[in-house]
Amino acid sequence: MTVAVNFLLWGVVVVLAVVAAMRGRVLLDDGVREGLSDFVKLLPRIVIGVIGAGFVAKAVPQSVVAPWLGPESGLLGVTIATAAGALTPGGPVVGFSIGAAALKSGAGAPQVIAYSTAWALYAIQRLLIWEVPLMPARVVWLRAAVSLPLPFIAAAVAMLAGQP
Amino acid sequence: MSEESPSRHRRAIDWSIAGIAALAVTAAAIVYWRDGRERFLDILGDDTLLLAEMLPKVAAGCLIAAFVTTLLPRETVARWIGHESGLAGLLIGAAFGVILPGGPFTIYPVAGALIVMGADAGAVVAFITSWTLLGYTRALVWELPFFGPHFVIWRIVEALPLPIVAGLLARVVIKAGLFGKSR
Repeated sequence: MTVAVNFLLWGVVVVLAVVAAMRGRVLLDDGVREGLSDFVKLLPRIVIGVIGAGFVAKAVPQSVVAPWLGPESGLLGVTIATAAGALTPGGPVVGFSIGAAALKSGAGAPQVIAYSTAWALYAIQRLLIWEVPLMPARVVWLRAAVSLPLPFIAAAVAMLAGQP
Repeated sequence: MSEESPSRHRRAIDWSIAGIAALAVTAAAIVYWRDGRERFLDILGDDTLLLAEMLPKVAAGCLIAAFVTTLLPRETVARWIGHESGLAGLLIGAAFGVILPGGPFTIYPVAGALIVMGADAGAVVAFITSWTLLGYTRALVWELPFFGPHFVIWRIVEALPLPIVAGLLARVVIKAGLFGKSR
């Protein structure tokens, strides 16, 4: 699985690099430079996030997580997870590591889905730092408002469809 | 990310990641003290393997994002999801969200430009929602190593209708006059 994913991703990289090279050497150089510099900037975050998720999952006892976010926590658990998602700051590593840690330490799948959906859609810090400066504020608030029910819909579907 | 202003520059370390780092160190200390050295090393070994598995994917994801940003002109995207684009506009917006990789610094400027060029707000909402929930680089690079294929596929299948739901809701809200028609 992971080998196939690597092949797919690097296949896409090669195709894009060839297209860029055909349009001009500068485009190819720009793409490689920007891509690699992003990767280097992300490195410390990935290391901290991945190593951290493993330890946090083991350090937090299941008896703490389960009543609040476990499979039996139902709508309350989904609501807590959604609020936690909205309040989680940071880039991709942070939310996924917390979600993975929660799942490993006994949170229910629908609750984790609500968490990661809310965090992806309307993490407050991301709205303020990225979206508001780059887009008309009217559209940002419109999008955030219509997204409010989506984590609940995702969790409801997850509950109806059964565990993964 | 060549056109970023300095204030938007992504820093390697900021407060949120510093917080996670503090949490990680605390958790590691608890595990070491409570469960012993062997358990600690076990977890460290597992996490290092996971990390080694992720890094090539993350590198590929960064390169894909950078190439797509340099190659895809914003005008091409705008042509497809203008005003009066109807349900097709929502679907195309959602499809673009799946295809277009990159971080917030690439997606929000594109979305902002679309609105300025007259794209329909519902289609733009569908686009951003789909990029956040269904984007394939995000799923393959980040989610898969953390959660495993079973969970990720399951989550994505469930999220499939959500961009359209969000786009339709946005149109309803605009029609109701809650956010004003334009400006």
